[in-house]
Amino acid sequence: MMPVHANTVLIVAAVLFLLGLVGVLTRKNILFMLLSIEIMLNAAGLAFVAAGSKWQQPDGQVMFLFILAMAAAEVSVALALVLQIYHQYKTLDVDALKELRDK
Amino acid sequence: MQLLFYISSFIALLATVMVITRYQPIHALLYLVVSFLAVAMIFLSLGAPFVAVLEVIIYAGAIMVLFIFVVMMLNLDKETAAQERKWLTPKVWLGPSLLVLVLLGEMIVLLLKGNGSALPGTTVPPRAVALSLYGPYLIAVELAGFLLMAGIVGAAHIGQHKKKHLHRFLEEKSTIP
Repeated sequence: MMPVHANTVLIVAAVLFLLGLVGVLTRKNILFMLLSIEIMLNAAGLAFVAAGSKWQQPDGQVMFLFILAMAAAEVSVALALVLQIYHQYKTLDVDALKELRDK
Repeated sequence: MQLLFYISSFIALLATVMVITRYQPIHALLYLVVSFLAVAMIFLSLGAPFVAVLEVIIYAGAIMVLFIFVVMMLNLDKETAAQERKWLTPKVWLGPSLLVLVLLGEMIVLLLKGNGSALPGTTVPPRAVALSLYGPYLIAVELAGFLLMAGIVGAAHIGQHKKKHLHRFLEEKSTIP
């Protein structure tokens, strides 16, 4: 059977990454923006694993493990921030967070 | 293996499109779990079984459960969905989507122009990953440990709630000690 082409996997990773980017750019709810960031991190990991699979080296999978650890740390801090924002502003709208706006 | 890759990548792309177009947060989360499971199948078809298992256990199992806990704690339901429907008008999403589509077109043209070779279908075993992780990448593993520690401390500090005092006398009394 014909094996998968390397560029096909990279195209899938690029489409996934850009879907996440569209999510970050268009959503106003901070929870959906966090979800879109998770999609982007996952797509970057897919590109790493595809590269590791192309050269038959374990480094791509090692990099995916580091992305995984980073995503776990990021999500825990970000969800704590989301809870605080909801308790203080009673909304998840990012446009409500304008304390630093120039007067 | 080729058929497996194409089916699972189609499912991943479809589920991701559903994630960024849903109004209810919990529906988006469940579609994202489907997307992660499909990406795990892609990893399996690329010959990376260890990473595929970790994707299911940590991404779809742990991180998404954290999100679901938060959605349930905040009690986001029909009101949030109605607000999202009001926010997500074509005027909002058309511009960014068109710009990103242009970027995607450029990327695909560049990827198709290059002479990429076919992937060798062999798997990289978990043993090789472990030997590489605890050999040349040992310092990065320790740094990841620092990062997780900082994440735990940061989440515990940010997540604690200060007690709210509705009366100013109570507030003054509580600030003295």
